Amino acid sequence: MSVLKYLLQKEFRQIFRDPSILKIIFIMPALQLIIIPLAADYEVRNINLSIADHDHSVYTQQMIQKIKSSGYFKLVNYSSTFQEAFTSIESDKADIVLEIPANFEQNIVREDHASLFIAVNAVNGMKANLGASYLQNIILNYNNQIRTKWIQFPPIPPQTNIKVSVSNWFNPMMSYKYFMVPAVLATLLTLLGTFLTALNIVREKEIGTIEQINVTPVKKYHFILGKLIPFWILGLAVLTIGFLIMRFGYQIHPVGNMLIVYLFASLYLLVILGLGLLISTYADTQQQAMLISFFLLMIFIMLGGLFTSIDSMPDWVQKLTWLNPVSYFIEVIRMVVLKGSGLSDIKNHIFVIIGFAIFLNSWAVWNYKKTT
Amino acid sequence: MVKSNSNNMSAVIVNNISKKYKVEKSQVTALNTVSFEVLKGELFGIVGPDGSGKTSLFRVLTTLLLADSGNASIEGFDIVKDYKIIRKKLGYMPGRFSLYHDLTVEENLSFFATIFNTSIAENYDLIKDIYQQIEPFKNRRAGKLSGGMKQKLALCCALIHKPSVLILDEPTTGVDAVSRKEFWEMLQRLKAQGITILVSTPYMDEASMCDRVALMQNGQILAIDKPDQINLQFSKPLWAVKAASMYNLLKTFKKWEAVESCYSFGEYYHVVMKSDLNGSDVIKSYLLQQQFLDIEVHQITANIEDSFMALMNKSHD
Repeated sequence: MSVLKYLLQKEFRQIFRDPSILKIIFIMPALQLIIIPLAADYEVRNINLSIADHDHSVYTQQMIQKIKSSGYFKLVNYSSTFQEAFTSIESDKADIVLEIPANFEQNIVREDHASLFIAVNAVNGMKANLGASYLQNIILNYNNQIRTKWIQFPPIPPQTNIKVSVSNWFNPMMSYKYFMVPAVLATLLTLLGTFLTALNIVREKEIGTIEQINVTPVKKYHFILGKLIPFWILGLAVLTIGFLIMRFGYQIHPVGNMLIVYLFASLYLLVILGLGLLISTYADTQQQAMLISFFLLMIFIMLGGLFTSIDSMPDWVQKLTWLNPVSYFIEVIRMVVLKGSGLSDIKNHIFVIIGFAIFLNSWAVWNYKKTT
Repeated sequence: MVKSNSNNMSAVIVNNISKKYKVEKSQVTALNTVSFEVLKGELFGIVGPDGSGKTSLFRVLTTLLLADSGNASIEGFDIVKDYKIIRKKLGYMPGRFSLYHDLTVEENLSFFATIFNTSIAENYDLIKDIYQQIEPFKNRRAGKLSGGMKQKLALCCALIHKPSVLILDEPTTGVDAVSRKEFWEMLQRLKAQGITILVSTPYMDEASMCDRVALMQNGQILAIDKPDQINLQFSKPLWAVKAASMYNLLKTFKKWEAVESCYSFGEYYHVVMKSDLNGSDVIKSYLLQQQFLDIEVHQITANIEDSFMALMNKSHD
């Protein structure tokens, strides 16, 4: 065991000696955690709207007022021909064109029926989708408003009205920060753990120190433990910093017990460090290690449910995410922070993560041949 | 534990070691049935050009690489089965500086001492001579040392656990002449302490400082003997030739069918004739006939480099 002690001593000495590594470990994740959740906001605001109004009536003015006051739309162009309005889409000034036909007001009043036309710029799919549905909602709302105004003597209810009220559980304000910050933290921890472990071991390969160690009586598992333990401790330290930023920076008060997250994270780090170790056994240079880690993590993060909800992925991709350790951690950290899930709720996740840890580490150890 | 069947005086026994590498689709033979023995307390040199297989041989002996066939033992322990024991008995200094650049001189040394379960103080007398030279820089990071000091530190690290066999892979490559000389003096002192030393070098002049040398080329050992004995194997007279136009001289010798071999050596060409009957008179008159000026021809005794060139030519034929 004393050998392990000296290996750890050496490892920490090297880490704390390199100021740039320390900055990368502690300051970079903190900065990212502060910046990314501010940017990663799914809410679409400031949709640029162009209106082609052929009617110019009181009703259209009321409707336009209503759209503008919703806060989602910015009227960038108000013209009397569709052609003119459409050029604003072509020049990327507007995202949506709303065409109001001539005699719009007349048709509603006389014939109880009028049509509108919405043209959407679908280059940015999400903005187009949400923008169109917001707009439809507002118009529908306006429609109901007119109708209730007209029905002065309701002998019988003219039409059954289903009123829906929505209550957002676990995140009452539907704040994206509550949702994003824990997941970004989980992602940062993944990136840090994999890169640090993989690059550190490959560096020893590159410099040749691994050979110098190999001709000593240091055992294989000593060497591996000597690498994994420091990064495991650093990972938990980074997690703690992240939690502090979450609690005091974003004022997110976790509902559940944070010790559960620590327990899960300590197991999860074994998976991530195992992944780094595995990469290091295949890569001969830091460049190779960097690229392999980068591509693997890219897939893990994209399929991890950080940005895109896993539930809305195609069925076969959803099955693929079962093989993705990142998705388990993101799910668990969200469950505990937002929902207050307890140990029994995440016990399946724990079993899966233990499985991953055993699988990746044994693969890595098997592949890390200390040639005899 | 396999005890060697040959005498107990041998510290290293190498028996028919072969190793092939796959390079793309073709196979490269790095070691071809290499066999030799190193006596206890001997300073044994392996001399050969780059790519002759010296490093592969050392990597096999230091248990870093598995040979395809053959066996070897160090201090009576088999390099495959007893690798754990061998790693305790062996000091290895790779050709490339392989210590932690970001640790200081002292930290490197104490790290390697501790993983061998020993301390600097315990074996200080062994490394004292060498360590004293780098001690003024003991708080400097190893990566910032000069080439010669790096070598000394690496040697200290290889010695810190008091190995009985020391394997040095091209320790003087890229080191200045003064440091090289110092380094060989250090090896002589270590040898005096009873450590068996196996050293490889591409420099022929260093070979003469070894007790015995093995000349190696293309993964094969061409000859093993004491440096002066190897020179005795050089049977034919050797001529040093010089003339005004050196380049034309070389071309002329290459064309002349009476010449066995010709290669440059400092400001002279060393020439071996096919027949002993061709003395300096014959060479001189031939060159005069070819209209060379300032011709100088004299007989010299072969040194280790000449012997090596001769053996190399022989193995090519």
